Amino acid sequence: MVLVVDWGRLQSAMFQWDIVVEQFPSILTNAAKNTIIFTIFGFAGGLSFGLLFALMRLSTVRPYRWFAATYIEIFRGIPLLVTLLILGFGIPIATGWRWPNPYLQGAVPLALVASAYMAETIRAGIEAVPKGQMEAARSLGMSYSRAMITIIIPQALRIIVPPLTNEFVLLIKDTSLISVLGVTAGTRDLARFGRDGVNSTANATPLIVAGLVYLAMTVPLTQLVAWMERREKAASR
Amino acid sequence: MNSDVVVNITNLNKSFGDNHVLRGIDLQVQRGEVVCIIGPSGSGKSTLLRCVNMLETPTAGTVVVLGRELTDIDCDIDEARAHIGMVFQQFNLFPHMTALENVCVAQRKVLKRSADEAATIAHGLLTRVGLVGKDNSYPAQLSGGQQQRVAIARALAMNPDVILFDEATSALDPELVGEVLQVMQSLAQDGMTMLVVTHEMGFAKGVADRVVFMDGGVIVEQGPPSQVISAPVEERTRAFLSSVLNH
Repeated sequence: MVLVVDWGRLQSAMFQWDIVVEQFPSILTNAAKNTIIFTIFGFAGGLSFGLLFALMRLSTVRPYRWFAATYIEIFRGIPLLVTLLILGFGIPIATGWRWPNPYLQGAVPLALVASAYMAETIRAGIEAVPKGQMEAARSLGMSYSRAMITIIIPQALRIIVPPLTNEFVLLIKDTSLISVLGVTAGTRDLARFGRDGVNSTANATPLIVAGLVYLAMTVPLTQLVAWMERREKAASR
Repeated sequence: MNSDVVVNITNLNKSFGDNHVLRGIDLQVQRGEVVCIIGPSGSGKSTLLRCVNMLETPTAGTVVVLGRELTDIDCDIDEARAHIGMVFQQFNLFPHMTALENVCVAQRKVLKRSADEAATIAHGLLTRVGLVGKDNSYPAQLSGGQQQRVAIARALAMNPDVILFDEATSALDPELVGEVLQVMQSLAQDGMTMLVVTHEMGFAKGVADRVVFMDGGVIVEQGPPSQVISAPVEERTRAFLSSVLNH
């Protein structure tokens, strides 16, 4: 197989050095920057609403539990691409309402889906805190919510730092789906930037460069998770 | 009602599904009294203790602590619990906080004491339980006996009217049991009202004002230790004592 491949042709179609150079600096200053903006918005929104939904899932109030469970099932069950299209295109077409900001058009659906996934991660973290912690806090006269805020959630967050970092990595990659929305040149993410580059150069090199930039962001984070998990394992030994 | 009654339990019943764990318990604890509850495992003694501060909700009966009926649905349970200390078998210290913070957190959040006041009280209590220079240690850096003493300081910081000890020494290595019992004994001497579930017959014999023997969810026998431990009347009490004292 390796011998049959025409390496020269492959390189000219996928990795032409002059095209690589052409991608810079705007692939970093524009496209990578937008990918990071989408990711951070999606993560921050997902974390806040994920915490809310996790607490609702654990609530003794049944309607809260039902609402959160339904929300989580729906947004985990529909592919992000479909959610993006429904919220990004479908709702504006149906209602005449327009997204006030092209960033929000992509970032809000991303955050809504992320919150469903993170709710389950956070719930698992809260449930991993030994139940004696809640009992000790309650026996000191703390209310349920006070005990949650002061005692349980700080411990749960520690437990879920590695899985949440993984969610962050997934989000970085998922922002590429936002490229299906009609975005302006200023709000293009990495994937869209690469695709537009393919169109303008008739060459796959821009996509390869975009892929490398993704790797530059994701690999350090997955290594960080691996390191945290090794350290956790060593600590619990 | 006599104002010196701190805990008043009447016809307390508790079931977990089909398992009828407590079958009509009546128990009063006077101010300053040290009551030790002994009995075989599964006799319901821990459940009884956990009903006193409503960590378990009784199926029937009433629990009155200092005139507050905790089993009343309108009772402010958080307010009541602030006056009832509890020490757990597994310590249940907050692992993300130092010893000092463990003793401060409820003072700050529940009693609304200032940071300085809480820290001063906490430092004094840690010293009192024999933990000098451990203010900034995390629970993981302390031995089991030290952790349990922090837990006692944490309970004391709330100025409780009664402290519940739920097998406070059962999870400790044998050589660490003494230091915790010593702290409990000094509390008893200072007049603290204590309800103690324990397997330490020596402690029950030496410190308790009254010993309550439970089996099968009922109180079988109670009285001063000289009677219940040294000269039990009931056959079940004798069988239990001979099994724990001879092993």
